[in-house]
This record gives sequence, C-alpha cells and structure tokens, in this order.
Amino acid sequence: MTSAMEIYQLLPKTNCKECGESTCMAFGVALLSGSRKFTECPPLMKEEKYIDSKQKLEEILKPLEGAHETGLIIHDELCSGCGNCVVACPVDVANDPHSSGRGFGPSNDKVIFRVVDGKVKAANIKECRRFGKDKILCRACIDPCPTEAIEFV
Amino acid sequence: MTEMVTWTCTGCALLCEDIQVRVDNNRIEQVEHACLKGKARIFGCKHVAVPAVNGAGVSIDDAINEAARILKGAKNPLLYGWSNSTSEAQMAGIELARTLGGVLDSTSSFCQGITINEIIKGTIPSCTLEEVREQADVMIFWGANPMSSHPRHLSRYSYFPRGELRQRGYEEDRTAISIDVWQSRTAKICKDKFYRIPPGGDAEFMRGLMDGLSGRVPKLSFDFDVKRILELAAVLKKAEFGVIFAGLGLVYSMKEDFGLLSEFMDTLNRFSNYSLIPMAGHFNMRGFNQNLYDETGYIYRVKFVDGKAASGVEFSVVEQIKHGADAVLVVGSDPLASLPASISRRLKDIPVILIDPCMNLTSQVADVTIPCSTSGIEVGGTAVRMDGKSMEISPLVQGVNMSDEMVIKRIIEEVG
Repeated sequence: MTSAMEIYQLLPKTNCKECGESTCMAFGVALLSGSRKFTECPPLMKEEKYIDSKQKLEEILKPLEGAHETGLIIHDELCSGCGNCVVACPVDVANDPHSSGRGFGPSNDKVIFRVVDGKVKAANIKECRRFGKDKILCRACIDPCPTEAIEFV
Repeated sequence: MTEMVTWTCTGCALLCEDIQVRVDNNRIEQVEHACLKGKARIFGCKHVAVPAVNGAGVSIDDAINEAARILKGAKNPLLYGWSNSTSEAQMAGIELARTLGGVLDSTSSFCQGITINEIIKGTIPSCTLEEVREQADVMIFWGANPMSSHPRHLSRYSYFPRGELRQRGYEEDRTAISIDVWQSRTAKICKDKFYRIPPGGDAEFMRGLMDGLSGRVPKLSFDFDVKRILELAAVLKKAEFGVIFAGLGLVYSMKEDFGLLSEFMDTLNRFSNYSLIPMAGHFNMRGFNQNLYDETGYIYRVKFVDGKAASGVEFSVVEQIKHGADAVLVVGSDPLASLPASISRRLKDIPVILIDPCMNLTSQVADVTIPCSTSGIEVGGTAVRMDGKSMEISPLVQGVNMSDEMVIKRIIEEVG
C-alpha cells in the first residue's frame, strides 16, 4: 500500500512550486489521490538526476491508475466472486434491502458492488460512504474480503 | 435473440438459485451473481470429450455398445461417480447396478457420506440453509473452509445476510467460529474466534469443549489455552440457534470415533438448539445418498445380488478398485485425480468406461469414453442441496450430446 510519504521521498523535495502546488508534499498527496500526474512535475521530467526516482514513481503509481474517485481498487486477479462485499456494504443493504441485504444477488442498479462473470465490479461509487464532504473511513467491504481483493488508496 | 435467464447454479452443493445468465442464440454470454466456481461450471470444459474406444474415435452408438459388452462380461462391475449427475441419472444408475448385479458407490464414500448417513438416519439433527439465514446466531466452521469450497456460503446463508431474526446480520447478531488446523480464508473472517488445533486433534478438542460445556476444566494433551475453550463453551451455551458446518477436516479426523460427534451434538442440545450441515462438495452428492437410501435403505457402498442390496465397507470404491472390481463405469467423476496413486494405479489394469462431458485425467486410462451433456447446463433435472432440500434445475442451452441419464438407459437396454 503506497503512502504519501513514500511518494514524497521520490520527488525532488525542493518545493520549487513549478507544478503550482505550494510544496512537494502537497504534490505527493495530489498524486496519491489521483488528481495530479507525476509528469506535471517539471524538474522530475527535465533533470537527469531524477531518472531513477521517476522510474520508481511510475512503478508505485501504476496500481493506483484503476482507482475510483473514492480510492477504491478491486484486484480482479484475487477476487473469487464470493459476494461478501455485496452483502456487507451498508449502502447496498440500504438501497437493496430485500435482495443484497438478504444474501441474494442485487435486484436493482443502485448498489455499489455486483458480481459479474465471477468477479466483483463497482458502480455508483459516489454513494460510497468514503465519498463526499461527510465521508467516513468505512471498512465494511474490506474486512469481509477473504482474499484482500478490495483496497482503498 | 438475447435473453436473461434466472438459473440454479450447479457449481457446488449450495445450488444458488438467484443466478442471472445472458443467453444469446443458445450461447452463454454473461453470468451475474455466480462466484468463480459457478462461472467455471457454466462456461463448460476446456477439453470436450469425444466418443472413443481404446483411444480411437468411434460413433456414440459404437461406444455405448462396447461399454455394454464390457459391463455384461464383467463378474463384478463397479459403477462409480454420480455426484455430478441429476437425480434422474442417479436413479438410472441404480437400475443399471441392479440389472448387472454390480457394486454401486459414489464420491461420498470418501467424502461426507458418513455424516449424511447419520443425518438421514436421524442420529444427528440438521436444518435447512434458509433456517440458518433467518435464525442462526452462532455458526461453527469445523474443518471447513467454505470461502474456498463454497464461496457464496457466508454471503448467501450463514454469516453476512440479514435474516428474519438476525436483522443486524454479521455486524452484531451473528458469531462465526472456525476450528481448523490452519488459518484458512474462512478463519480470517472469524478473526479472534479462530481456534487452531493440531492435525487429528478434533476429537480431543471436542471432548475438551464438552467438558467446558458441562462446567469441568478441560484437559488436553496438546498446548492450548484452556481459558479460550471455556470462553468458546460460554459462547456456545448462549446461542439461540447454533449450526455446525462439518467439513472434510472434521470428518476425516473423526471417522474412527464418529459416535463422539452425536454425543457432542446431544451435549450442545442440552443447552440450546443445535444442528449440523455437512459441507457436501459436488452439486448432487447428497442426492445420490438420498435416492439410494429411498431405493435400498443404504446411502452408499452397495452390492446388488439377485436384485437385493447389501452394503459394507468392502463395497466401497477404494476397496473395489484395490481388489474386487473387474470393470469400472465412471460417471461424471475423475478417480485418477481424486484417489491416491497407490489405489487408482489399478485402473489401468481393468477396463474403464467414462461417461463425462469433459476430458479429465481418467480419460487417459479409459478404454471407452462416452461424452454426455453437462448436467444443470445442457440438461435439467432434480438435485439435492447440501442441507437435503430438493431443487429443480432447468437447462440453459441445448447441447449436442445426449444426457448421462439417456446414455445409461441405452446401456440398460443393451445389457438387459
């Protein structure tokens, strides 16, 4: 799991402000949230001494490419389609109490999780309790996942 | 034409009946709600079986004739498999065994047969999975890892769903306990309610737990915190509706001392309402046991002599392959893959007939291969879920091969 500090260590750490952010740390946090791209750091792209850092940064940021706006990543290769997240997610239960909440497959399109071809897929991500100004650090889909296929970054 | 079909999955003995399948012109396009096991089942085999005799391709009629000739000439044919067939095909199999005077056994012989026997005879109480979903508050996964063997078990029935009496679901109303020799995926979900015991320590742990339930201090020969057993006993005592999901780990460990399991269930039922459900693997394993019991009074390991059935350990698939059977008919199973090499090795010395939709390891030694349609996908019928509930299964698409039931009925015609 990549942290903002790990990303910061690979940035120039000069706080040059060329990217528009006030510090390199702020730019690192923006990279982690997916709102900025590392190619937007001019010194990192121009100067030869940062070549190694640039490569490492590219590697550690690659898994974050598929992340949703809430930072949700589903690792397809680990998912067994058990549907624990479908039933455990409080949003799914609230939006589809008689099907998802009771263990059946979802009966409408308002749910976040749905198993398709043996793998879980996420939709309606703005409904997630980790999204919006009243967000909370909900772990209802992470804890029941036996294969650690769900991650938030 | 594309249509969405509601289907009952035959990927395992949970028989999930809420699967949505998109079928386009007799081709399966997409499956929703099914786990990876169900998806693998529905999208069919990697290598499709073709009719063959001694490795050479023949017509299906020639393959059936050759199979009938081998079975008719055998003095003690073994008819084995059946857990991946519909109840209708199983009934035809019982008829064939009776006609031939052969031995009939299924995969349950070295699986959950012993548990199902106790349940059918009424010595161990059981319940349905619907009762578990609506009422169960304490569940023990003993030697079982449904997160791998039956992926939707916890989400559909046992732990996560909100039930009639368990409105707050897993969050507050249910306690999942895992007793196992390793920290399985299921054990990870049970968190601090995981009790690791040494291999073969099930009976001793069970006695310790019975001591704890009766207010005595348990004594164990292996290193285990006694306080944790007493805590577990207290949780079990407080349950309103408890269920034990018995996995193969428990069955294999207890098979020499199976009476202890009934004793344990009796002890638990002195305090609360407890049931046991066997974690049957193949989709209609329990169906074979039930059908054979209805026909003969025995659930497996049966030999027909003059139309009458006798049962005993000497008629088990393992004993028969080791010494006894002079021809084997395998239906929807792969004994070469599932039995130890020391036993399955003999399959290359006796004629083997395989009825299966797919090529498998046993195909390598089969003298006759007869392809059939996939039960539950290309042919419908009845199946019995792991808890004993009978369910109807509709076919999804039309296959090119005849069903295993039809193949067996054709063989009966030939040998009769």
